Amino acid sequence: MPTYRPGPVSLILAVLVALFLLLPLLAVIPVSLTPSRMLAMPTGELSLRHYRSLIEDPRWLDAILLSIRIGIVSSVVSTVLALCFSLGVWMFQPRFTAALVGFVLLPMVVPPVVSAITLYFLLTSISGVSSFFGYDTWLGVAMAHSVMTVPFATVLILVSLSQLDRRIDLAARGLGASVWERATRIIMPNIKFGIVTAALLSFVLSWEEIGVTLFITSVNAITLPRLMWMGLRDNIDPAIAALSVILIIITVLVLAARSVVVKMRGGQ
Amino acid sequence: MRGTLSDRMGAALLMAPLLLFLVLAYAWPFLGVVKWSVTLPTPGLGQYGALATDALVQSVFIRTLRIALIVTMVSVAAAYAITMVWVRGSPAQRIIAEFCILVPFWISVLTRAFGWVALLSNRGLINTWLQSIGFISEPLALVRNEFGVIVGMTHFLIPFAVFPLASAMRSLDERVLLAARGLGSSRMRTFWTVFVPITRSGIIGSAMIVFVFSLGFFVTPAILGGGRSVMIAELIYLRIFQSPDWGLGAAISVVLVLFVGALMALLFRHVRPKQLI
Repeated sequence: MPTYRPGPVSLILAVLVALFLLLPLLAVIPVSLTPSRMLAMPTGELSLRHYRSLIEDPRWLDAILLSIRIGIVSSVVSTVLALCFSLGVWMFQPRFTAALVGFVLLPMVVPPVVSAITLYFLLTSISGVSSFFGYDTWLGVAMAHSVMTVPFATVLILVSLSQLDRRIDLAARGLGASVWERATRIIMPNIKFGIVTAALLSFVLSWEEIGVTLFITSVNAITLPRLMWMGLRDNIDPAIAALSVILIIITVLVLAARSVVVKMRGGQ
Repeated sequence: MRGTLSDRMGAALLMAPLLLFLVLAYAWPFLGVVKWSVTLPTPGLGQYGALATDALVQSVFIRTLRIALIVTMVSVAAAYAITMVWVRGSPAQRIIAEFCILVPFWISVLTRAFGWVALLSNRGLINTWLQSIGFISEPLALVRNEFGVIVGMTHFLIPFAVFPLASAMRSLDERVLLAARGLGSSRMRTFWTVFVPITRSGIIGSAMIVFVFSLGFFVTPAILGGGRSVMIAELIYLRIFQSPDWGLGAAISVVLVLFVGALMALLFRHVRPKQLI
């Protein structure tokens, strides 16, 4: 337990910061209930029409389904690539490890807009060769998202490997286990939690990716954030408020569930 | 045992797919962007020369630096206050602080920018309320300007500023603080002369992360700036898609990467990467 506790001044400042952090998330709730067709505060009566339009307007549903599909593909691709790479690093500790890991982390540290123009170059180049895999195609978006999410998946898996006791792997090796057996039967079961977290984080990052997606899509591959962007730029569509409320509720529920799971694991 | 032939083969086989993927899908196209910057529209370093002389580009660069500096100072100070409670508060305070940090952190940048539009726009919460109580007659211009951009970016970046600070505040030596208090130092004096100096690495790390992030920020400025307060990333987007000048967009990108790279090198001379997590 820390002996140095925050005093009254820190507490007051922290409360102000907390309000600042929560305020815009709360502000979308009244807007989502407005009966007006434009962005406005409800005056008097409330309406659920914007929630209904999320279900009834096929554009929203199409975008949600596309985002889920892209999220799953890019999450699988980046988790598998990150897992293999991290296993290689951990089991063999090759020379130049630091440089190789640094290279893999580049898409995470380079400003997103530079990654975006880079992936725009890549996908427009591919478009010259193939029409279903390139600029403004869902496979192209899934590949670009994999590039952007793979560093995060790698960091998570490397961190959970670093907490693993090397001696269990040495024991398996001494008993004659092959590389494949060591990886799949000894190491992977012990970093399950890290692998699942990496896959989930990759999915979430792809699900909400907008910076790169803006550069590589125009009319065909409209993901959910892309559709929200279009609704935010021109006439602000209050359906976005309804969608935001739903996304915020999901986030709060998932975080609450996660903290319960962490408590239970910690209690074991 | 390390370094036998089969070991090296195994490592190569496991590591190759990701390395190959990133070389083909990231490193090679980045070189393509560098090539754009020196070939479009004409071969040569003309675009870099334009960067040094073009008044619009320069004003955008200066605005970006100014906004990034303000956002960094405000975000780190705000993050310091809430991290203090998250790391060192009572158990109940910690849970509430964690909730307030993690919920916004996990919510998408678009939703958060939209929340600020809902609060700050002409028909938003704040203006509607101020008008209804008769405090103002015309809505205040809180969004589609630099103020809105700074507010939205600060909101986005506070959670990122929290993590390096939390790591520094967790790992410090409690006895130093006890000693200061035991020797009769007041709460405030202990804070400014002991606590802040020993969390210095966290402050530097946090400021660097926020500054680097805000230099390349795109979504929040584009939504809350409403095209009037264009930052460097939005300028790249405009040069690629609206007034096509791919060479200039590419040249700005290359300069941005070099600048961020130099900043990171400077950061790692002061702080070891492990201290940032």
